[in-house]
Amino acid sequence: MHIKSFLFLGVLGLSVATAIAATATMMSVQINKAELRDTPSYLGKVVSSLAYGDKVSVQSQNGAWSQVSSSGHTGWLHNSALTKKDIVMKSGVGAQTTASSGEMALAGKGFNSDVEKQFKENHKDINFAPIDKMEKIKIPIADIQEFAKEGKLQSAGGAK
Amino acid sequence: MNLRHLLALSLCILVAGCGTLEKISEVGTGLASTAGVITEDQAKSINKSAGAIDKASESMTPEQEYYIGRTVAATILSQNKPYDQHIITTYLNTVGQYLAMFSDKPETFGGYHFLVMDTLDINAFAAPGGLILVSRGMLRCCKSEEALAGVLAHEIGHVELNHGMQAIDKSRYSAVVTTLLAEGAKNLAGSNVAELTKAFEGSISDITSKMVNSGYSRKYEFQADKAAVTILQRAGYSPYGLITMLQQMEKQLKPGGHDFAKTHPAPADRITELMKIIKTTPHADSTTAARQARFNDNMRGV
Repeated sequence: MHIKSFLFLGVLGLSVATAIAATATMMSVQINKAELRDTPSYLGKVVSSLAYGDKVSVQSQNGAWSQVSSSGHTGWLHNSALTKKDIVMKSGVGAQTTASSGEMALAGKGFNSDVEKQFKENHKDINFAPIDKMEKIKIPIADIQEFAKEGKLQSAGGAK
Repeated sequence: MNLRHLLALSLCILVAGCGTLEKISEVGTGLASTAGVITEDQAKSINKSAGAIDKASESMTPEQEYYIGRTVAATILSQNKPYDQHIITTYLNTVGQYLAMFSDKPETFGGYHFLVMDTLDINAFAAPGGLILVSRGMLRCCKSEEALAGVLAHEIGHVELNHGMQAIDKSRYSAVVTTLLAEGAKNLAGSNVAELTKAFEGSISDITSKMVNSGYSRKYEFQADKAAVTILQRAGYSPYGLITMLQQMEKQLKPGGHDFAKTHPAPADRITELMKIIKTTPHADSTTAARQARFNDNMRGV
């Protein structure tokens, strides 16, 4: 191949790559606490944690997982932890600047801890203690991995 | 521009944003009640947000789903006490959280958690967001880890497919939109909590009455069974565990009972539908000795 056309192709490839990088999709974390992992699997090491509403830039895809970057950290999240909606933490000024996207969710608005508190006032017979207790049960991934190995199941990496 | 013009404009924009006349009139009423307290800037904010909030009402945020799920589960537990046995609870959560990783929705706002209800009625409930309650009666229908996995995978299927949230009457969403608009206008956090709580109570009652009394449609139950087969297959469990559990359930169910006898399609019908899927899906073979041994060990107290 002629050197000039080789160079041309190289430059073309570079500009395509730049264009793709420039249009990296922005998404929001839609779960309370998301763990960023170093591989696209629940067996990956946790490199950082993200909170509800945190913005991430999606770098690449691998099956049901996305490689994302946020405040200096890069890692993998399962797609179900992400939404294209812009999660706005406060209504006031934020609402005015971002509502035009038409894809907005107001964090902390609607049914929230205040509403739950009022509900508890109205229904003193309903006990939330067992719910608070069950929500704390999180089996460590190492135990689940051991459980899967002992039972000759799949490795506990989750859906690909 | 005076306030009346602004309100009229707001309503026009709402008309563009909302689909049905019914919705418009409800939202309109809500806005009218806030007349007199909003400034021009706030009205502009409403104009900009209205369409977006209306869209958000089509699918509530995972955070709202989380609060609904907590209260649905607490309400169901007010009728059925938890069966607090550490060994069983840990085993149930290990199998359940392992399976949830293989669903199409492994991540929810608060995660998947499992609890045993102290009743011999045959029941299981999946509250929105992943709080799953299973009765001792249901666990007694399980004779292997595969069978237990089948029950839990079916419930995870309901969460994944959002069945609980779909039981909420559309009027609750309109009420939330109306209140949020009013709140945005006044910037008075807390003043609308009572209104929101009313819509919240309505949503809880829509979901619990569907789960406890009428049951989901047959379509939803078969969908959850189908999702269960996929989860089991990915996780390395034989889906025949679900079949043997249903056969066991058929023997145990009492006609006229207020449990699965009332809210679910007959086990035989579910087996017929399941077999159609299983026959065409590659899947793992039956259990191993190690799995059966740990099942017997952990479930002794059921």
